[in-house]
Amino acid sequence: MKKLLLAASMAAMMTIPAQAADYVIDTEGAHAFVQFKISHLGYSWLYGRFNTFSGDFSYDANKLEASKIQLTIDTNSVDSNHAERDKHLRSGDFLNVSKHPKATFVSTKIVPKAGESFDLHGNLTLNGVTKEVVIAAEKLGEGKDPWGGYRAGFAGTTTLTLKDFAINTDLGPASATVQLDLTVEGVRK
Amino acid sequence: MLKNSSSHYGLISVVLHWLVALTVFGLFGVGFWMVDLSYYSEWYRTAPYWHKSVGILLAIAMLLRVLWRYFSPPPRALVSHKGWEKRTSAVVQFCLYLGIFILVLSGYLISTEDGRPIAVFTWFDVPALGALFANQADIAGLVHEYVAYSLITLAVLHGLAALKHHFIDKDNTLKRMFGRKP
Repeated sequence: MKKLLLAASMAAMMTIPAQAADYVIDTEGAHAFVQFKISHLGYSWLYGRFNTFSGDFSYDANKLEASKIQLTIDTNSVDSNHAERDKHLRSGDFLNVSKHPKATFVSTKIVPKAGESFDLHGNLTLNGVTKEVVIAAEKLGEGKDPWGGYRAGFAGTTTLTLKDFAINTDLGPASATVQLDLTVEGVRK
Repeated sequence: MLKNSSSHYGLISVVLHWLVALTVFGLFGVGFWMVDLSYYSEWYRTAPYWHKSVGILLAIAMLLRVLWRYFSPPPRALVSHKGWEKRTSAVVQFCLYLGIFILVLSGYLISTEDGRPIAVFTWFDVPALGALFANQADIAGLVHEYVAYSLITLAVLHGLAALKHHFIDKDNTLKRMFGRKP
């Protein structure tokens, strides 16, 4: 009887399709990046990043549309490798971090595309303004890591218009938009 | 006469005093104006560069002033000055000195958090110490702003007090600061 029950339960487990798994974004090991680039005068790129953020996602390779992600960014952690510029970026001229210390992204919809690509729709709250954005994303890979865990990684990019998020400082015509580049590696919970 | 005597200021103290006074008001004006410059202003880079360069030179002038005070103490207060006037002016002068040093230090801390030195024109660099505490640039920036407003208020009061001595008390307090003998 015992054996039968065991066999039955094992059989049941095997027939259950792979469920959406929950992942925590690996900020602890810093295998995730929230970076941006913006044109400088139309002549070159300026790169920056947010050093402190956290988030998690659920992901099901077989049912991508059901996947979800949420990300919270500490805007105070903006880093463009220049103390005076970072101070300016934190000020009311740009990110207004004392008033809006957090930026968040919460996904609302996923539209699969060819291969591993998909459009990640969601609400981005930045500088106190919430707007729907579409992140062009792709899965980079997934599998076991060498330390007993299971990881999945994604990259995505989207372009934001500064004025849409009430950032009205004029940086010139070539710098009205900023490209946001996200790379997240999640560790299965 | 370069040195101060017991009754009047020598040339070095007079020159340092007015140089510092002019520089403090100049730096305040430039600082007040430059923080609101637009990115495409031709002064966007030049004004902070001059502000920082002159600020470091001011620090050097102030160090010389303190040293000079030690080697050549200022003259005694005029006999007509009342006790409370002497005490108040001593406190104000001490705060003016202190304020300038805090301004230079906080300004230095804003610009050097990322380890970049401060260029004093093309003459020399003041090396950076990097980040000494969390939120350094922001905290130092606030200190710089508030102390600047306090210092300029105090400096205006200091000037008004000198004018009061000149026009109301009709004594030699202000004239003496131009090096004249009373």
